[in-house]
Amino acid sequence: MISDRIFGLVVVLTALAFIASATQVQTSFLTDPVGPKAFPMGVGVVAALCGLVMILKPDPDPVWPVGKTLLALLVAVIVLVAYAYALKPLGFLIPTAITAAILSYQISPRALPAIITGLGLSIGLFILFKFALGLGLVPFPKGWFS
Amino acid sequence: MDILSNLALGFSIALSPYTLMLAVIGCFLGTIIGALPGLGPSNGVAILIPITFTLGLDATSALVLMTSVYYGAMYGGRISSILLNIPGDEPALMTTLDGYPMAKQGRAGDALVLSGVASFVGAFLATIGLLLLAPLLARVAYLFGPAEYFALYLLAFCTLGGMASNNQAKAAIAACLGLGIAMVGVDNNSGLPRFTFGNMHLMDGVDFLVAIVGLFAIAEVFFFIEGHGKGSSLGVKLEKVTIPWKDIWTTKWTMLRSSLVGFIAGILPGAGASLGSFLAYMSEKSLAGKDGGFGTGVARGVAAPESGNNAAAGGALVPMLTLGVPGSGTTAVLLALLMTLNITPGPTLFTDRPEVVWGLIASLLIANVVLLLMNVPMVRVFVRVLLVPPWILLPGVTMISFVGIYSLSGSYFDLLLMVGFGILGYVLRKLDVPTVPVILGILLGGHMEDALRRAMVIADGNLMYLFSSPIAIGLWIAAVVGFIAPMFLRGVLAKPQRVSD
Repeated sequence: MISDRIFGLVVVLTALAFIASATQVQTSFLTDPVGPKAFPMGVGVVAALCGLVMILKPDPDPVWPVGKTLLALLVAVIVLVAYAYALKPLGFLIPTAITAAILSYQISPRALPAIITGLGLSIGLFILFKFALGLGLVPFPKGWFS
Repeated sequence: MDILSNLALGFSIALSPYTLMLAVIGCFLGTIIGALPGLGPSNGVAILIPITFTLGLDATSALVLMTSVYYGAMYGGRISSILLNIPGDEPALMTTLDGYPMAKQGRAGDALVLSGVASFVGAFLATIGLLLLAPLLARVAYLFGPAEYFALYLLAFCTLGGMASNNQAKAAIAACLGLGIAMVGVDNNSGLPRFTFGNMHLMDGVDFLVAIVGLFAIAEVFFFIEGHGKGSSLGVKLEKVTIPWKDIWTTKWTMLRSSLVGFIAGILPGAGASLGSFLAYMSEKSLAGKDGGFGTGVARGVAAPESGNNAAAGGALVPMLTLGVPGSGTTAVLLALLMTLNITPGPTLFTDRPEVVWGLIASLLIANVVLLLMNVPMVRVFVRVLLVPPWILLPGVTMISFVGIYSLSGSYFDLLLMVGFGILGYVLRKLDVPTVPVILGILLGGHMEDALRRAMVIADGNLMYLFSSPIAIGLWIAAVVGFIAPMFLRGVLAKPQRVSD
């Protein structure tokens, strides 16, 4: 109940913000009868109405993760974001091994298999991508081995 | 005899050793993707798209590879349904109802072979249907102007929202979300940026591949972390695999009927393979009556959903190729592939690029035979794949997703966006909001707005133009009915619960 109500409220607010920012879209002097504002505003109105329906007629709540599971999910998100930033400056091998190992550990918390998974995936995928598929990946940070 | 000469053209392309090799690789990968729980057809095809790109395949080859993967995944989904009682992908859900009980009776091999043959019948008939119906529909599609296209896009969202979800409001929100995201970037008509908030990375808009991989693949990883990879051990042993001729013979009419039902369900824009297998199973169940023993592991209950599912997969290609409107989540991903290859699906595709269409249809026929050969004698190989534990599989999927998206643009921003879509996909699925309409919205949003604006230019702003032709009116009525009717049919169309041990 409460989950759907909150989500509905978020949808309504987002839709209103979307409509508001649609009114700010610049129009050029050369335009068609509809223009660049109308369609997004229509989408926003439909979304806001559906959000209201969700607030008024919510479904039963799902089971949300709590405690350790929630922590594991947060760790996974942080690791993935860090990985996104690290891929370019640090090369493929090291960030991939670390990220894969951590994700593996979050799914099944055993340290040794997780580390082996990380190393195996990192090296195996690098060979696959670099040599079999010919992607231009950089293995190590710039400046190493050069 | 147009069709025969066209088919000859198709086979001349599809039978080249290189294309044939791609079809075999695609079938193999596809079956694995379908078999692995947590890696469905849409997600598997989405991950493979960036990689296909960097391989530099031409349009026909890329399309052959991906549709083989698509057909293969539809075959593969049944393996984990039967052996693990976990559907390998969503359409295979109905196969668990009779497949798993049959496997528990020690007839796992029979169930796998029977469902493989049923898949072949469904997919084969649907491919024949596709090659007969698609050119006809392509001719009708010439009558479509912007007003009709606008109504058609609306129909796709309505049937998808109405049939595939349990709550219309949530499906509509998902569609609006996708449409809203599609608006980000430079406006095609005026050339001015919209909703970019001054962010340079957003000027190009949101790449749908980033959204697809995030919503499907990354979200799946979060679900596995939440479930700690539970429920992935082999439930049933696979003993000797023999061919159950008797079961295959007794289910022949079931297979034919289910193929027809599935094919029709597949053609409906937005409905897709899940609806096909569902309707096929339910209609066979009611035909068999109470004495049919559906749900206890009968052969008909295994054959029906698999024929329906694979026939729907073929049927879903009809609107995708002729009108550019996908009939299911996975065909939406295939549409994304076509768009990135700079092929505009639609009636002109059949006249301008016949080699693409007919090469594709011919390789579907070949892929089907390859899949039957792979899935009956070699089924043990794929059963072995199910033994890959999730703590290796899911990190692997994540890494492949990252590399794929990274190789598209080489920017960290797309990767962040992908993680963002992963979180969004997790929250949406938790709240029972379907994610396929989001994808469809992102894919079709630009076209839908263009169609509306072009219609309004023609009619000089008169809204009634949208309802000015019989085709448009028919589509509007179908859209409204498709969205509203399922509300009243909830009781009849309620999905049966999964069998529990």
